[in-house]
Amino acid sequence: MNPLSVKAYDLRQDVLDIIVSGGGGHIGGDMSSMEIVLTLYSRMNVSPERADDPDRDRFVLSKGHCVETLYAVLAWKGFLNIEEVKARFSRFGSEYIGHPHNTLPGIEMNSGSLGHGLSVCVGMALAGKMDGKAYRVYTLMGDGELAEGSVWEGAMAANHYHLDNLCAVVDRNHLQISGLTEQVMTPGDLSARFAAFGWHVIEVKDGNDVDQLSAAFDEAENTKGQPTVIIADTVKGKGSALMENKASWHHHLPNAEEYEIISRELRERKEALLRE
Amino acid sequence: MNKIPNRAVMCEVLKEAAAQDRNVVVLCSDSRGSGSMTSFAEGYPKQFVEVGIAEQNLVSIAAGLASCGKKPFTVSPASFISTRGYEQCKVDCAYSNMNVKLVGISGGVSYGTLGMTHHSAQDIAAMSAIPGMRVYLPSDRHQTRKLFEALLRDRQTAYIRLGRNPVEDVYEENNVPFEMNKSTVLSEGTDVLLVACGEMVKPIQDAAKLLNEAGISTGALDMYCVKPLDKEGLLNAAAGKKLVVTAEEHAPFGGLGSMAAQVISANDPKRVINLALPDSPVITGTSKEVFAYYGLTGAGIADTVKKALGK
Repeated sequence: MNPLSVKAYDLRQDVLDIIVSGGGGHIGGDMSSMEIVLTLYSRMNVSPERADDPDRDRFVLSKGHCVETLYAVLAWKGFLNIEEVKARFSRFGSEYIGHPHNTLPGIEMNSGSLGHGLSVCVGMALAGKMDGKAYRVYTLMGDGELAEGSVWEGAMAANHYHLDNLCAVVDRNHLQISGLTEQVMTPGDLSARFAAFGWHVIEVKDGNDVDQLSAAFDEAENTKGQPTVIIADTVKGKGSALMENKASWHHHLPNAEEYEIISRELRERKEALLRE
Repeated sequence: MNKIPNRAVMCEVLKEAAAQDRNVVVLCSDSRGSGSMTSFAEGYPKQFVEVGIAEQNLVSIAAGLASCGKKPFTVSPASFISTRGYEQCKVDCAYSNMNVKLVGISGGVSYGTLGMTHHSAQDIAAMSAIPGMRVYLPSDRHQTRKLFEALLRDRQTAYIRLGRNPVEDVYEENNVPFEMNKSTVLSEGTDVLLVACGEMVKPIQDAAKLLNEAGISTGALDMYCVKPLDKEGLLNAAAGKKLVVTAEEHAPFGGLGSMAAQVISANDPKRVINLALPDSPVITGTSKEVFAYYGLTGAGIADTVKKALGK
């Protein structure tokens, strides 16, 4: 059993606490993307002691509404104090707002409007190539986000400049705020689309499995001459049957009873993992 | 008659900077020709990024480069970068506090007969409304040099609008008073103050001359920096005047005229007339013909002043 799998359930509880404390958040996507963000930060060359190191790896949360997961992971990495985040999230005058903001340690760019992150990362990766640096650049996009045309402008440029230091991840949870991605706007064959844009495509069958994700990130690092996209098939609301695969939990605020149900299930799943 | 457009001067300044600093980079959206950047692209290919016809991508990539220590200048038609790439200017550049210099070329009605798709008569209003965004419209080639030299020294985002065609000199080559973010007094007067930015500065300079010759004591102020607006300079220049007239190559709302009137009405109320393009697609013509039609020439501005004063 990978200890990161267990950690993901601890951090899900942090996310739940942040959202309930702040009175709102994007819980469904937070839960689907947890293993992706956690696995990434377990491998990325970043640390609070070297927050401005020019050689650090870069991550941009393009699906910025899932900031609660980013806060939980950044706290785990020592960039933030989780108790402070929980106490101050979304409070009047707080620096912990509902989308990433780069005045906080560990956050590179402000995001929240969808379809920006990939292009920003193209710029970061280009800078790395210009300067002959070895750092890697990552972004996480939602599957609904791929309807933004600017995503495909970025995809084109990443291929044109052979940015093999760039890896994009798609949190393919199949749901967006109005319902199934297929019903809102047909995404088509995502792998074929990225491949047609010149990308190396990796499909991760279980995007909530840290081992599968680790293997995909290894493959991305070893892919030369082209950018890599990891299409990670995840479960929206992962962690509790109450939330899983339900579009209504995109940004549902759990009430006291739901909080208890979810917390209990998170504990039970974590314990089951520990017994493995 | 000057034959050198401001954009060509920008290219020369950026080439000089690129030779000294490899972090100076230029990005174009299939716009290197119209931006006078071909010689930069050929001379500094490793510091030039072609993005293709994709202005959103252009601005975001520049922000990513800036976050890694580069000093990017995006050179793209003002009409497209300021509206198609507007959200990227807001979020990735200004809000994220990135050192991106957003250069809108062929600004205003430079593209003349190509129509409203290619005119940028909203850019001052749009860009000025973004917190943290600075807005500059240099008036001539000499001031353009001073401005770009100053922009290369700072680390904040800014929007700079340049016209397509050469404009007559406002300043003499060896006498270009310039202070960053401060207006420049072109001439003093006691009765009337004319205020302009960009390509309208030369017309107000001409108008001030005509009015002074006609016995109406008129001052002229070059407000090349529209944001942050030099309130002190404006109020000092407007003090004691009967009338202030602003002129700009922009829609009549949200531009220099609106901002100047806002400052004057709050601090030293007096009559302010805003001369601008109309709230409609402009008449078909070259920019010179368009300016003449809407009274945005030295003679036209002087006439407006005379009528307003009942003379």
